[in-house]
Amino acid sequence: MLTNLRRSVVMAAISLVVFGFLYALAGTGVAQLLFPHQANGSITAYGSTLIGQNWSSPRWFHGRPDDTGPYASNPKKGIAGGDNPLFANGVAGESGATNLGPRSKVLLADTKALVSYWHRHGVDPTEDLVTTSGSGYDPDITPLDAVVQIPMVAKATGISPSALRHLVAAETHGAELGFLGSSYVDVLQLNEALAHLERAGR
Amino acid sequence: MGFLWTIVTLVVALGLTWRYLGSYMAAVFDGRVHFLGAVERPLYRALGTSPDREQTWRRYATSVVVFSGVSFALTYLLLRIQGSLPLDPQHLGAVGPALSFNTAASFLTNTNWQNYGGETTMSYFSQIGALMVQQFVSPAVGIVAAIALVRGFARKESTTIGNFWVDLVRCLFYVLLPIAFLAGLVFVGQGAVQTLAGTVSIHDAMNGVTQTIARGPIGFMEAIKQLGTNGGGFLNANSATPFENPTALTNWLSIYLMLAIPFSLTYTFGKLVGSVRQGRALLAAMVLVFGVWVGFTSYSEHQGNPAVAAAGIVHQSTGNMVGKEVRFGDTSSALFAVASTQTSTGSADASYDSFTPMGGFGLLTGMMLGEVTPGGSGTGLYTMLIYAIVAVFIGGLMIGRTPEYLGKKIQAKEVKLAGLGSLVMPLLVLVLTAVAVSVHAGRIGPLNSGPHGFTEILYALTSQGNNNGSAFGGLSGNTPFYNVVGAIDMLIGRFGIMIPALALGGSLAAKNVVPESLGTFRTDNTMFVGLVIGVIVIIGGLTFFPAISLGPIVEQLSHGKFF
Repeated sequence: MLTNLRRSVVMAAISLVVFGFLYALAGTGVAQLLFPHQANGSITAYGSTLIGQNWSSPRWFHGRPDDTGPYASNPKKGIAGGDNPLFANGVAGESGATNLGPRSKVLLADTKALVSYWHRHGVDPTEDLVTTSGSGYDPDITPLDAVVQIPMVAKATGISPSALRHLVAAETHGAELGFLGSSYVDVLQLNEALAHLERAGR
Repeated sequence: MGFLWTIVTLVVALGLTWRYLGSYMAAVFDGRVHFLGAVERPLYRALGTSPDREQTWRRYATSVVVFSGVSFALTYLLLRIQGSLPLDPQHLGAVGPALSFNTAASFLTNTNWQNYGGETTMSYFSQIGALMVQQFVSPAVGIVAAIALVRGFARKESTTIGNFWVDLVRCLFYVLLPIAFLAGLVFVGQGAVQTLAGTVSIHDAMNGVTQTIARGPIGFMEAIKQLGTNGGGFLNANSATPFENPTALTNWLSIYLMLAIPFSLTYTFGKLVGSVRQGRALLAAMVLVFGVWVGFTSYSEHQGNPAVAAAGIVHQSTGNMVGKEVRFGDTSSALFAVASTQTSTGSADASYDSFTPMGGFGLLTGMMLGEVTPGGSGTGLYTMLIYAIVAVFIGGLMIGRTPEYLGKKIQAKEVKLAGLGSLVMPLLVLVLTAVAVSVHAGRIGPLNSGPHGFTEILYALTSQGNNNGSAFGGLSGNTPFYNVVGAIDMLIGRFGIMIPALALGGSLAAKNVVPESLGTFRTDNTMFVGLVIGVIVIIGGLTFFPAISLGPIVEQLSHGKFF
């Protein structure tokens, strides 16, 4: 028993050093050396391409509605909202989904509110645009999700719908290795390209 | 079409892994792999042991229990004094006693149930030093326990079943560490974060958004999280967050890592008992059940969400996207979820709470089968062997002969131990669920109303009892009631099966081998595979049917009703 206890303590100490700190530090060192951009969060001038943002103005393409309509952050009601990797615009949050069940009255009401939100903006939404993501800050939408928003963006920016369709096509990432997952558009990259197009047009 | 290729590539990769990782692990535990001998030998000296000092099953089990106890105490302590330790750039402070208790039990038992949000609760020190350490150690303990049971079959008239400390060191250094490190590089290369620099604040001049983004040493933890069938992520939303699981490729890799060791151990088993065919029979039973569950769960998730349909979007071409990420999509999320629930991993790349009723049914029942298809690291194999002994016993009753498995007579003692090992989990889960729905503290937990609320409770206790750790996340688990009940659930679910498995190993090792004859009941053919699947489905299915019918089945049948 005492031998076991002594061995356990020794083994726990070895594990703490080797599988805790050596592993994590060696990993961090190699990662920072080989992939500094990725290891630090894929940060660009406008934010991380891996973290969704709240694009509420009709002149931008919107992402998943993690922080829109019924899911918008509301500190008074205790709703952190999505798009909050820790803080967004001063409101605290953390990654997470709504966890509403498939036959939840709340989910039904929220989805209806989102459908009418899109209709007010002249958009006929797809399912991705009225449902929240798993992380709460999904950075991507499908190409179709972007295409259905073109009437809204065209009206607000004055850019022709055909130019916007080209833009979406140019910003579409195919499925990885041709078969993994689905093709997607990174909303931050798409909007950066949109801003670029606007500047070029003026 | 993409989904089909995902399956095909996984089958090919896992097939090769089964063959080569399986035989490699057999060589490791036979002591035939030495390339880290320079590390190994000083460790044995420090531990005061050596490979030729073997243990009886009682000593082996005592070592497991004492080591687990020390790991538990250390994890608890580190979480409680988190505020006074370094590597805490967000100044998160100490973790409360009930939550620390639950979390220590959770990581020690390879469950990784998380009643906390990682980024808002755990410092880098705790993530690395308390939690990730257990993500290496707890699967290793599971694997070596399985190897000890397998030695029971492989040896003749032996009083010992190996040396726990030697097995543990070999498993950690030769199996888990190298694979995890390589996989960690892929995760980071694809975009997973790996830094100790704390959060980053950004301001987007285009839309005026400011964000403070949580970061950390995530990518390498992700690798061992999946490889060790642990499942406890750095961030609250687990593998759904792009910093943990950035691309469809890392999603594929996650699924592969979860399944790699549990499937390969059947080859190791076959190799160690001297007949790969025997391992192949167990593999076949695992793959058949797993395949059926992948099929109907992916199908269910592709059907779309009833609430979204009722809100006016009837045609959902991308399936049920509530709580799912666009870069994975519906079917790959479902595949990830089935792999995660049936390997006792419990990581999540989507919100399982928002799966369709039948999709959620697939995940819940996958765990209720006892985590054997293929189950967790090691735990899957030893629980599967327990079910195989039950199957042999039933087969023996049908043909009226003394049952044998791999030449070992299965007698009253073995049947009792196997019975115990297979009944602990259902009994535990059902009793604790009954308690939770009977008391106020249990009933206030669920977020959703109606049958789905009941499913949230049943899912939580099933997940913890099976050491899975996935959740219907709506349940508010960070209460004294759920923290304590959950910890009990996890500890009994772990040791209530592992100790009978080790006892079986000891009892079988002591027996001589009966020579095979014409009347020997074959355990390497289709008939036996069918019998094993029957036992798994009957123990899981019939025991839990009444509880399941109050949850997902009612929910599925209430067309047009919302709760």
